[in-house]
Amino acid sequence: MLYIFCPHCGLRSQNEFAYGGDATVKRPELNKEISDQDWDNFVYLRKSPRGKHLELWHHISGCRQWIKVERDTSTHEIFKTYKADELTE
Amino acid sequence: MQKYSVFSLIKNAFSDHQNWEVAWKDPTPKKEYDVIIIGGGGHGLATAYYLAKEHNITNVAIIEKGWIGGGNVGRNTTIIRSNYMHDDNALFSEFGMDLWRKMSQDLNYNVMFSPRGIINLAHSDAQMNAYSRRGNSMRLNGIDAVLLNREEVQKLIPMADFSDNVRFPIFGGLMQPSAGTARHDAVAWGYARQADSMGVDIIQNCEVTGFDVTNGKILGLRTSRGDIKAKKVGLCVAGSTNILAEMLNMTLPIETHLLQACVSEPVKPLLDHVVTFGAGHFYCSQSDKGEMVMGGDLDGYNSYSQRGNLPTLQHVLTEGIAMFPFLSKLKMLRTWGGIMDMSMDGSPIIDKTHIDGLYLNCGWCYGGFKATPASGWTFAHTIAQDRVHELNAGYSLNRFNTGDLIDEKGLGTKTWIS
Repeated sequence: MLYIFCPHCGLRSQNEFAYGGDATVKRPELNKEISDQDWDNFVYLRKSPRGKHLELWHHISGCRQWIKVERDTSTHEIFKTYKADELTE
Repeated sequence: MQKYSVFSLIKNAFSDHQNWEVAWKDPTPKKEYDVIIIGGGGHGLATAYYLAKEHNITNVAIIEKGWIGGGNVGRNTTIIRSNYMHDDNALFSEFGMDLWRKMSQDLNYNVMFSPRGIINLAHSDAQMNAYSRRGNSMRLNGIDAVLLNREEVQKLIPMADFSDNVRFPIFGGLMQPSAGTARHDAVAWGYARQADSMGVDIIQNCEVTGFDVTNGKILGLRTSRGDIKAKKVGLCVAGSTNILAEMLNMTLPIETHLLQACVSEPVKPLLDHVVTFGAGHFYCSQSDKGEMVMGGDLDGYNSYSQRGNLPTLQHVLTEGIAMFPFLSKLKMLRTWGGIMDMSMDGSPIIDKTHIDGLYLNCGWCYGGFKATPASGWTFAHTIAQDRVHELNAGYSLNRFNTGDLIDEKGLGTKTWIS
């Protein structure tokens, strides 16, 4: 069982959360010429690192806010959590 | 190589089975190979075998970080099937079914292929319609498919929950009678033994630490047992694909996720088929030892840990008990996890890369084991001929760029949702 610190609610079990994937992926800017490669990068390509991974979680059975979690993908250690709009280190 | 037969068994019985030849050698890496396959799992071993057998390329090494067969080929639920709707998947898998049927003879190794049939249960009229469509697509591609109604399913698996007050009543199911199971370790060992006998070096406990790429061409590998030169290199590393891709400065449409499986204590024979629950993600078969072999959802977040988390296991087994209530009486014998290379459309990649001499085999998601022979066969062709075979032409790396996705389940890029 993972325990995730929600910046809004405090420490909660993973059962309250839904996973949202890699948080470092950036949508290409609107109203600009976007190459196929840029779309490809955004929609499909993922680093999926072994080690530190910044990811989105949705506190769906809690405050329903999206948060960012920095977690190790091989040990599951959670280093830090952020509000969705908070700048990460 | 010593041929395995009933006569060799009797002969060796007289010497207390002390004089069997080793099944494969433990060679020191040579300075250079024509082809190096990274990953001594089912797909890597099969690739080396077909390189030697079909293309007469025997100066080949398999580099394995751990021991052969210790990854996903030893961690799956041994299901073999070709019940796909899309042509690319269906034709590829059905080609594989032929190889499965001949495998024990071909490898002189009993892989215990058991075509016991797979039944996908349907729990609504809409799902029956969808299965009818899938079954028809399968039959158009020459794959056996039978649509079963509720009564027909009840005859085959009477122990399923056919009571009236269930949340997901069984409406019927889609069956592929020729699907089945095989002994997964035997598949790895059989391919290893034959590949070794044809001159392939199986190098275990050898970790790849880097690649030598110059002017867009692969020249060799750096490993924990020294540098090795190679004209061609094939990646067959499933859940570790992204780790190697990072060394190559490549970003792939792959995420690594953890999938668990488990077996119950052994019980008397009661389940003759592989059965999947249609209202969630759970599947079950009974091994030759009597254990119920079960699996289901991914743990649901990127993971390289090779061990599972209890909430997912609990969820999966809740579905299992909804399908087969008797499972609640059984004790769990073992649970384990493997790391899956989840591709962004749910279909694999077997292709060349932008680096000359570097070939990629990944993205197997939930279905790597059954693809072992067809994957090895087509990957060997792709490496040997430096071009894809028509069977794996659809499994291209650039389909995510061109839009020619093979999204069998229509899940999109949220690879962890099942």
